[in-house]
Amino acid sequence: MSAPIISLEGLTSTTSFDQLLATAKSGGCASSTCGLSGKPDDIDPAVWEKIKDHPCFSEEAHHYFARMHVAVAPACNVQCNYCNRKYDCANESRPGVVSEKLTPDQALRKVIAVANEVPQLSVLGIAGPGDACYDWKRTKATFERVAREIPDIKLCISTNGLALPDHAAELADMNVDHVTITINMVDPEVGVKIYPWIFYDHRRYIGIEAARILHERQMLGLEMLTARGILTKINSVMIPGVNDEHLLEVNRWVKERGAFVHNVMPLISEPAHGTHFGLTGQRGPNAMEMKALQDRLEGGANLMRHCRQCRADAVGLLGEDRGQEFTLDSIPGEVTYDPSRREAYQEVVAHERRDHLAARSEAIGMVKAAGSGKSLLVAVATRGGGRVNEHFGHAKEFQVYEASPRGISFVGHRKAEQYCRGGRGENATLDGVIAALEGIDIVLCAKIGDCPKDQLAEAGIRAADAYGHDYIETAISAIYAAEFGVQPLAATA
Amino acid sequence: MTFKIIASQCTQCGACEFECPSVAIKFKGESYVIDPDKCTECKEAFDTQQCASVCPVPKTCVPA
Ligand code: SF4
Ligand code: SF4
Ligand code: SF4
Ligand code: SF4
Repeated sequence: MSAPIISLEGLTSTTSFDQLLATAKSGGCASSTCGLSGKPDDIDPAVWEKIKDHPCFSEEAHHYFARMHVAVAPACNVQCNYCNRKYDCANESRPGVVSEKLTPDQALRKVIAVANEVPQLSVLGIAGPGDACYDWKRTKATFERVAREIPDIKLCISTNGLALPDHAAELADMNVDHVTITINMVDPEVGVKIYPWIFYDHRRYIGIEAARILHERQMLGLEMLTARGILTKINSVMIPGVNDEHLLEVNRWVKERGAFVHNVMPLISEPAHGTHFGLTGQRGPNAMEMKALQDRLEGGANLMRHCRQCRADAVGLLGEDRGQEFTLDSIPGEVTYDPSRREAYQEVVAHERRDHLAARSEAIGMVKAAGSGKSLLVAVATRGGGRVNEHFGHAKEFQVYEASPRGISFVGHRKAEQYCRGGRGENATLDGVIAALEGIDIVLCAKIGDCPKDQLAEAGIRAADAYGHDYIETAISAIYAAEFGVQPLAATA
Repeated sequence: MTFKIIASQCTQCGACEFECPSVAIKFKGESYVIDPDKCTECKEAFDTQQCASVCPVPKTCVPA
């Protein structure tokens, strides 16, 4: 590998600690010394300790920390209609892309190589293809090896839940603090439409019996994890006409059993992936249907809206995938872990995020106090660090926030094809980006050219680059203020 | 009789390997293969052939 792949760039454009703090802008700075606890106000401190570095469990942490997945457990004991195992696990990875399957030793090498290069790394997950709890020997061997070398890395698995009760105790012993269970139904009648078969207790079950066993094991596994203080994230795949309404019921059940967050993700069912749903023409939901369902679920278990359905060998911040930089053949045969970059990064983040949280609560307070009944949907181009710091043309996704009388909240992301390549914008791509931004009022980015700006305006979407390198919430509150004629932040600071 | 794996269809997930009660399945070269001398068709161990029951691809673990 040539030049260092990452500096602290994801955080801001500067690299030294002092410079970094000096660039922290606007309202946030003034209040950074006021002793804010550094956690969002509404979270229990013990829980916060567990999630503060986990990009998937904490929306706040996802601006700062990265996860990596290693595909070491390809065997699975369930068949899902949205998965074609000739390709990949659809649980948490895009179906249709084959990942590099690794042995536990190869996985260790890869984790060390990534930890040396990607200072944001905080979580190692095993999330398919296959089931981490069923293919337990390989999961366990991988975790043991990595924990010995990098003791502070968080370990995380994703499972369909069928074999989960068999390993709940061991997960607790191994300090696995985070488990994701994919639960798509609590009614076996719904389950039969999603699961053609399971393999359990040495035989294959089909139909209602299969769905009933899976359901019972999922609930038991969830209860066992809750009893051991392990945080659980429930993933549900939203399948229109099959379980979309039913997910309200699922949300109630998992909340009663102590689930920490509930994450609803859209079915991906392109025919080309060759899944059962893909072949039968079952469609997935669109972005607005997703948001409508999530809004109805609000108030149940905490909702997660920042899931990216990442590939089973994804590496990096949640919105990015640098997996291709770390294929096995690009990693030297011998690697030694060097903690220095991760340590330096963690120190910077500790300061930066205190500042960010202060700025954030100030901005949210301002929007709430504005007394305007209106709401705005804002799409942000960001490279991490919670700031508006990506050029419009470089963005591969936009993070979407809603500013309303209830404050400022993250509502999801929109994937887009990178519009500017090699310094030139492609008009055809721009049309695609505009389509992906349907329903958005304003786009915030670090920079945007006149031409794309005009075209966005024609489509009714405004774009602003005046807030480059500000915190996202600060920028949004300023926009909100300008829009609805209330006092802007700067004037009140 | 024994069972065999149709290599061209195998996804190499390895589930059959760890379910086989006779340790008859090994990864060789490009694919998993069943050693006909070791395969017992799971007789006396289980009601169904474990490799065929767990395999995600239809008609991939079949009677040889
Ligand atoms: S995507 Fe899932 S398995 Fe991966 S790190 Fe996040 S929660 Fe863990
Ligand atoms: S649990 Fe994962 S690997 Fe298994 S069938 Fe479902 S999506 Fe595929
Ligand atoms: S039929 Fe049974 S004994 Fe024979 S290979 Fe398959 S699992 Fe092993
Ligand atoms: S279970 Fe089937 S797909 Fe998996 S390794 Fe065995 S033969 Fe191949």
